[in-house]
Amino acid sequence: MGSGTSTQHHFAFQNAENAFRAATLIQRWYRRYAARLEMRRHCTWRIFQSIEYAGQQDQVKLHDFFSYLVDHFTPSSNHERDFLNRMFTEERFPQDAEMEKLSDYESIEVPDSYTGPHLSFPLLPDHATALVEAFRLKQQLHARYVLNLLHETRKHLVQLPNINRVSTCYSEEVTVCGDLHGQLDDLIFIFYKNGLPSPERAYVFNGDFVDRGKDSVEILMVLFAFMLVYPKEFHLNRGNHEDHMVNLRYGFTKEVMRKYKTHGKKILKILQDVFCWLPLATLVDEKVLILHGGVSDMTDLELLAKLDRHKIVSTLRRKTRENEKPATTQKKATPPSCAGRPTPWFLPQSRSLPASPLRLGSCGAPRAGRSSSIPCSGPADAEELARRVRRSGDLEMDRCRQQAGFLGSRAQGELLLVTPEADSDADEPPEPTQEEWKQVVDILWSDPMAQEGCKANTVRGGGCYFGPNVTEQLLQKYNLQFLIRSHECKPEGYEFCHSRKVLTIFSASNYYEVGSNRGAYVKLGPALTPYIVQYQANKATHMLTMRQRISRVEESALRSLREKLFAHSSHLLGEFKKHDADKTGFISLSDWAEAVESVVRLGLPWRMLRPQLVSSSMDNTLEYKSWLEDLAKGQLSHENIQSSLLETLYRNRSNLETIFRIIDSDHSGFISLDEFRQTWKLFSSHMNIDITDDCICDLARSIDFNKDGHIDINEFLEAFRLVEQSCTEGDTSDCPQATNTKGSGCSKPGTP
Amino acid sequence: MADDKEREGTEIAVAEYHKKIKEAFEVFDHEANNTVDVREIGTIVRSLGCCPSEGQLHDLLAEVEEEEPTGYIRFEKFLPVMTKVLLERRYRPSPEDTLLRAFEVLDPSKRGFLTKEELIKYMTEEGEPFSQEEMEEMLSAAIDPESNSIHYKDYIAMMVVDDS
Repeated sequence: MGSGTSTQHHFAFQNAENAFRAATLIQRWYRRYAARLEMRRHCTWRIFQSIEYAGQQDQVKLHDFFSYLVDHFTPSSNHERDFLNRMFTEERFPQDAEMEKLSDYESIEVPDSYTGPHLSFPLLPDHATALVEAFRLKQQLHARYVLNLLHETRKHLVQLPNINRVSTCYSEEVTVCGDLHGQLDDLIFIFYKNGLPSPERAYVFNGDFVDRGKDSVEILMVLFAFMLVYPKEFHLNRGNHEDHMVNLRYGFTKEVMRKYKTHGKKILKILQDVFCWLPLATLVDEKVLILHGGVSDMTDLELLAKLDRHKIVSTLRRKTRENEKPATTQKKATPPSCAGRPTPWFLPQSRSLPASPLRLGSCGAPRAGRSSSIPCSGPADAEELARRVRRSGDLEMDRCRQQAGFLGSRAQGELLLVTPEADSDADEPPEPTQEEWKQVVDILWSDPMAQEGCKANTVRGGGCYFGPNVTEQLLQKYNLQFLIRSHECKPEGYEFCHSRKVLTIFSASNYYEVGSNRGAYVKLGPALTPYIVQYQANKATHMLTMRQRISRVEESALRSLREKLFAHSSHLLGEFKKHDADKTGFISLSDWAEAVESVVRLGLPWRMLRPQLVSSSMDNTLEYKSWLEDLAKGQLSHENIQSSLLETLYRNRSNLETIFRIIDSDHSGFISLDEFRQTWKLFSSHMNIDITDDCICDLARSIDFNKDGHIDINEFLEAFRLVEQSCTEGDTSDCPQATNTKGSGCSKPGTP
Repeated sequence: MADDKEREGTEIAVAEYHKKIKEAFEVFDHEANNTVDVREIGTIVRSLGCCPSEGQLHDLLAEVEEEEPTGYIRFEKFLPVMTKVLLERRYRPSPEDTLLRAFEVLDPSKRGFLTKEELIKYMTEEGEPFSQEEMEEMLSAAIDPESNSIHYKDYIAMMVVDDS
């Protein structure tokens, strides 16, 4: 107490102190809250990435499967043999003459009722601009114009070098954009915000224009149109998704066939070629190297500049010259099962055959080969049999391909096998060497890492991880300032690493989910200082608070994660039981985390995620059986089918879809019941899945809704709630997402 | 006997804490070399359930930093310190009603809300002031756009739900 003023003082001081303490408490508490949000955001990101990369690994595994097929599967009947052979016979890869025929768009009529954009060639800037506007209004370009444009594009691309050069002397600024992945909104936004391409405004698009998003076709049309209109200023680099094999899995093939039912196949065929002709890299002022993935410690720009890039049809698999010499082992970055394996036609390869001499052989006498040979079916037309007998091993593969009409290299003076289906020889370039192929794979698939060195990129299954020393070495060797690459989604749309010598630029905003990340592009002026612009092409996200944004994205990630967990239910149960020796039905949460990781192997922080995945647990234990049942309840729709079968199908569904598309060689969307059964049998024998024939038959029949002996791929997948709404609503990509069964919309399969 | 049990209990707790700490740490270990950027330590510590003030965090950092600060914190140094923090139950968050009372201190006339200006003033001038970014983020979630004020009871309730 004391005199008035000192009391006032005292209270004032008290109040101030109280306010201070109150504020501190609130701030402390808020910061903790924000930190937890941040952690959730990071975890969500990790979930998406690990699932995405696991999917890419799957693709490599899929190719292993096909190789395995070729090597080891012994058809047990004519039927199966025929089926396998059908898989091996395919139309020839189109030659130049045929390419002309394929792009014969002139015969395609554009009906009067067509209200979309019209193109005439040579293209003018206004046409390209009009195209953007038309697509913005959701119009679709007629197949005739698509083919015409692709034809012209191809003509143009053929003249370009592997490494394009841009100079800031001519264009005052160069804008570099990264992955777009079919997200047209982002492209439109970039042009809106940065301005349309012009002689003063050069653009470089760094690959991955297609797949996943729903407007890959439109993006290509716009990019190609501007490239034709401003050939000196508008540049495209090839990405790992500019590849017909990758497209089979990641949605582009599906999109084309859906939008162009009549001419889709033609379009895809030409695109296959156009993709191979895309340049590999762009150099700005001889100082800034722009390429899609990255580099390796073996990257040789001179070699890259010289090689025939057209020979690299797909970077997923390279046919090897096993018969000539052992594949020279480049120690890094060769996909695990690549070396020394024969490659069936449906796997990507160059057009020509290896240089080995081929023998037709007589009517199918079983040949002692590496694996068991096929029992001869008996008397049949020799030629017919010659065409149908399958022998395992390298020679057989070559022969099949020869039958299918792939041509040998006359330049090397080989024996050319003439069969009824073979055509006259065109100028066939030899296939790429192992070295050349690896060089291209490296620049399209590699990712930077923080540690020094260079090691195989096992996550992606191709290319390598390259460290700061590798970057430095390359920059010095070629007198460059820095590297711009894409290939990896970044939360802010861009990221510097290696002491700012490597810039990752990613232009597909909201890539995983609305609110997941920003997109960005980078501008370079004559000083070559990177100037980054970020955006998020979705107005909705701006309205959400960070908390809401994170929640949305998180929920999406968790959905995917729960799906994945469900797909491994049997394994999980097995693992849980191991931790429950006393058979109490309970395990500790710690054991739960360990078990889950050992099964799904995603490297995720399970203890952090546990509250979101395990809703009921008492005093740190979990009744695992009911947890699994709860998981299943969230996923199952089809009580008729055994749940293990469902689970297996579920786990393999993206693989299945890819396989179906490969089998469905005319892209009709239908496969016969028989083909379906055969496919499943092959697949399950490889995967060691124990499912009876009857079960498969029942399954097949139950899915054939109209009982006409055909299964629509979509129907099949729909029956198991595997099809994303994208098929009918034109929405998202091929990322795994649980969907709602449109129960009323689709007919339920009849009881088997 | 009781001692043994207690020790065993602690050992199990420690083992579990180790795993939790490792998980949280790894989320930010972008280079997979058992280090994280020093600026992420606050997030890691808080996500493990602690609620330190900035000052307390600063002290903690001093314990885990290298003699010559590199900008990175190594896991080997972080783990024992953080384990101790968890075992000792340091930096526990205040219960909900303490938080409510803190708001009420700033709202002596007990209106039930703070105006946007008042909130900004307190958060950026008092205590351990917010950065501009922190302030904006808190405002975006807390402020009722119509009245331009924060009804702190509702705000606390909303945040608490999210937190659990």
